[in-house]
Amino acid sequence: MTTLDPTDTTGTTTVASSTGRTPGTRATNVIAIATGVAMTWLVLFALVFSPADANQGESVRLMYIHLPTIWVAYLSFTVTAVSSGLYLFTKKQSLGWDRLAGASAEIGVIFVGLTLVVGSLWGRLTWGVFWQWDARLTTTALLFVTYIGYLAVRRLGGSHQQRAKRSAVIGLVSVLLLPLVHWSVRIWRSLHQSPTILDTDLDADIDGTMLLSVFIGMVAFSLLYTWLVMYRTRVMAMEDLVEDQGLDLALAERRAEGVGR
Amino acid sequence: MRVLRVAWLIARKDLAIERRSRIITNQVLPFAAVTMVIFGFALDANTDVLELVAPGLVWLATMFSLLLLVQRTFAVESDDGALDAMRVAGVDPRAIFVGKAIGLGIQLLVLEVVLLAAAVILYGETIRGSGVVLLVTTLISATCGLAAVGTLYGGLAAGSKGRETLLPLLTFPAVAPVLIGATRAVESALGTGAAELSEGWQWVSLLAVFAVAFGVGGALAFGPLIDE
Repeated sequence: MTTLDPTDTTGTTTVASSTGRTPGTRATNVIAIATGVAMTWLVLFALVFSPADANQGESVRLMYIHLPTIWVAYLSFTVTAVSSGLYLFTKKQSLGWDRLAGASAEIGVIFVGLTLVVGSLWGRLTWGVFWQWDARLTTTALLFVTYIGYLAVRRLGGSHQQRAKRSAVIGLVSVLLLPLVHWSVRIWRSLHQSPTILDTDLDADIDGTMLLSVFIGMVAFSLLYTWLVMYRTRVMAMEDLVEDQGLDLALAERRAEGVGR
Repeated sequence: MRVLRVAWLIARKDLAIERRSRIITNQVLPFAAVTMVIFGFALDANTDVLELVAPGLVWLATMFSLLLLVQRTFAVESDDGALDAMRVAGVDPRAIFVGKAIGLGIQLLVLEVVLLAAAVILYGETIRGSGVVLLVTTLISATCGLAAVGTLYGGLAAGSKGRETLLPLLTFPAVAPVLIGATRAVESALGTGAAELSEGWQWVSLLAVFAVAFGVGGALAFGPLIDE
């Protein structure tokens, strides 16, 4: 019966030392605390310190969630694409890259979903409708469904390497959608406003405290993303370990049956 | 170039199989025609609405039939382990990709012409002379993009159980740009809703970029996907 040997790296992985009950380590605990602090700051700035907008009124406060969530989604899908590329094009083809890609994509899907929901709420308040078929919303919905497809590909079964290869290809292809989503408001002059911050001019025209709140939001959500990704990657590593062990456990049980008889 | 020669051989093989088995002509084309009829049932069959949305319906029916065409294309390969046999024989996966895409593309073109004819007959569309060039260009560029996407994702979804149902989920978001672009371009070509010809050419450029991106990317990505 094989044991969980931390120094054996063939087909398995090492898990950072932890309490044994959660995948948390000192690094993730530090990031968790930082996330908590940043989120508190965000709540304070978003709800209390920043002013209401001249045109939108209080509903602008939804933007302090909406902008960071789509930013994190962009970030996570880029990380997915980069680690997919690193998996495919490095000689070692370490499964760690594949797990990072998968974890990042899962979190990205959640954050795109959040973006769409919060955006719909904002749209209901400001435009009067939950949804509009303009370029930015349509391409963002497309992004959402595309990465749900990516997650489905990850669940096709087979060996870890097969999963990794398939999802790496799909991850690289799907990331091409990102520039389309971001520049869609430029290509098709549309209802949704043009990029405010990630604009090529890098000249954000937004009021001071509001800009600060948005940046605090970006920092807070990025920390949240980092924390989630580290956790999820570790859980995936453990899932893979359990799956690898499956056959050994079954064999051991079978042998134990034989002895007991 | 060797890759193109092998690709053309593979495409000819696919078309020969189709000519002998006639599965596409007997099953998929009628399905496409039936879809056009059913659209008439679902929407207001007093021709005004249908005439306006006809380009969109043509491309919708194309998308649904694309799924069947892709599944057929790869069923031909996986039935006797032909895909694995080709790889073992040392055929360049790029050649396989291009060859299957060409075969798929030719079948798609036939399908689209049939659907356009159905739109003319059932929905009262008229094809104006000034729009013919735009129409043909749209058909060709959209078909190239669809064939590339279909072959890439078909290669992924082909074969073992539990994978064929993944094809629609993967394909539809990926071909959405083609659906949008081709519909707008055909609207411009036919003049429905007073669309101008110039707008159509902009959409054709989107279709062309899409076709090139997926053609090149697909050829590169196809190898790792089928090498399992």
